[in-house]
Amino acid sequence: MTAVVEVSNLSKRYDDVVAVKDVSFSVQEGRCFGLLGPNGAGKTTTIEMMEGLITPSGGEISFFGKSLNKESLKEIGIQFQHTALQDFLTVGETLDLFGAFYPNPANKQRVMEMCDLVEIKDRRHQKLSGGQKQRLLLALALINDPKILFLDEPTTGLDPHARRNFWDLITKIKQQNKTIILTTHYMDEAEYLCDDIVIMDQGSIIAQNTPSKLLSEHFSGAIIRLPVENLNGLSIEEFGRAFGHHHVDIDAVDVETSISNLLKKGVKLDGLQVKSANLDDLFIKLTGHQLKSAERN
Amino acid sequence: MKIFFTRFYAILKARNLEFFRDRSSLAWSVIFPFLLLVGFAVIFTDDGKDLFKVGILNAPATATATTAVATPKDSEAFLAIQHIEFVNYQNKETALAKLRQHRLDLLVDFSTSQYWLNETSPNGYFAEKLLLGAAAQSQDLQPSPQPQLVKWTKKSVEGRQIRYLDWVLPGILGMNMMFSCLFGVGYVIVRYRKNMVLKRLNATPVTALEFLTAQVVSRLMIVMFLSSLVFIGCDLMFNFYMLGSYLDLIIIAILGAFALISLGLMIASRSRSEELTGGLLNLATWPMMILSGVWFSLEGSPEFIQNVSSLLPLTHLVEGARAIMTEGATLMDIKDHVLTLVIMTAIFLGIGTVMFRWEGDGR
Repeated sequence: MTAVVEVSNLSKRYDDVVAVKDVSFSVQEGRCFGLLGPNGAGKTTTIEMMEGLITPSGGEISFFGKSLNKESLKEIGIQFQHTALQDFLTVGETLDLFGAFYPNPANKQRVMEMCDLVEIKDRRHQKLSGGQKQRLLLALALINDPKILFLDEPTTGLDPHARRNFWDLITKIKQQNKTIILTTHYMDEAEYLCDDIVIMDQGSIIAQNTPSKLLSEHFSGAIIRLPVENLNGLSIEEFGRAFGHHHVDIDAVDVETSISNLLKKGVKLDGLQVKSANLDDLFIKLTGHQLKSAERN
Repeated sequence: MKIFFTRFYAILKARNLEFFRDRSSLAWSVIFPFLLLVGFAVIFTDDGKDLFKVGILNAPATATATTAVATPKDSEAFLAIQHIEFVNYQNKETALAKLRQHRLDLLVDFSTSQYWLNETSPNGYFAEKLLLGAAAQSQDLQPSPQPQLVKWTKKSVEGRQIRYLDWVLPGILGMNMMFSCLFGVGYVIVRYRKNMVLKRLNATPVTALEFLTAQVVSRLMIVMFLSSLVFIGCDLMFNFYMLGSYLDLIIIAILGAFALISLGLMIASRSRSEELTGGLLNLATWPMMILSGVWFSLEGSPEFIQNVSSLLPLTHLVEGARAIMTEGATLMDIKDHVLTLVIMTAIFLGIGTVMFRWEGDGR
């Protein structure tokens, strides 16, 4: 598989703050690549450097083997986390405007059909719902028929139904062999959409692989979740890690053995849950460790 | 080159649609100058009010035959003119102070055939003409074959009276253009930058030159359209004084608008803050409101004030347009104003383009 984007030793510094530290990864053609991390992890800074909007302090970015330049923008489509459009324009007029920026724009009707905008093409974009607005922004990112699509937290603020519709849309786009680079802090979104992920925290990459490999690297068996009050006064660290303020997560290679050990220590099993690990668990496990390290320092 | 025009036209069209669909803003752009002109018309054409206010020193009844150079008939003819309010003064210094403050248009002393005029007062100019006209009329009526010569300073007299409304029209239209150009471009660009419209455009192949050119041309079209609309509408109502060429007027208006738009671009080239930009725009507009001759003439004002005034683009727009309308000047006659506006445009546009940032300071 060909790497369409290469990022090498990328870093960004604002005065005394290092937003991104020595980040390297590559994105393969036709894959959905996820940049995950909490707010302030450096995801948006990284993606905006890749989009050419922020000048890196160090490192290199290349598209199809060539260094990033203004011409690269013809090959990429971008949907920002926060953006506004020129007021008083309809959906159709906004697409016409952005289509005019490119020498070979995509067919507007086809883009509207794909993003389910045909019925609202004459509606002013200020009057769109959150989900419709996100679909319009996605359509604008697709109007130049890009090979690479950047989506920065595309479903933030959407209700569950609109999010699920948006995911289906992204899946359809992915089927057209487009490469998608996505940032999100929704782990279920990353798990649903991404083929490869990078988890960032405090400007650095702390994990990088396919979701299934990352889960198998960090978890085996299942997770046992118990209310904290069941621990009979024992410390959370003796069993596993905190999940919120009221629960403890215990990694269990063998569920039966783990439950037997808990009973021996006098732990009550009321409210016990057994579940497979997901990216949410991985994220909490990884960033939780990082935060503790930072606190010790 | 084709893609440049495609992008330019797309942004131009989008901006024009944005402006003309914003009904409240559009309505205000037309109504404000119209109301201002109507207001002035009401104030200055009210039959119950006098057009001029003239101070009389040593009123004619006290004048003696031995000291008078002007005849009693001179004063009678002048004092008989309607719509002039005459105020008697015994203290010359008090009257001169009022004249300096534009509270009098003219001060006349018939006993010595002297009159005082505030050069910066447009009304004073007309009052002076009326005085000299009245003196000449009274001589014609004298039965004597050798009329007594009157030693007023001789001035040429315009045949048709110019209303203050005619004089102030270029100023009001120019002022409205100034607000539209500066705030219409400055605020819009900062708003685009703040709500990330510019960031979205920067993520496309659109260049700063394409974007800025479209903004300038769009605002130019909007300003010229609205100013023409206001001018034509008001002209139908008030029949403005127009001695020069409409083409020359349009050209000086375009040059002035271009310079003001460029100034707006320069001010908004970097900032993300509407508050800061608003302050800077006010800093630019207020001196022009006061020192560009919108409301009153600056002739005769201190040299320092005149020097500052000449640095303001609105001064050249208003003075140029006023010369065309009220004096029948051609573009050649006002070539200094034309050249200054062209140079100002080049400087503002050059600095604005070099300083322009899609995302502003802080990124």
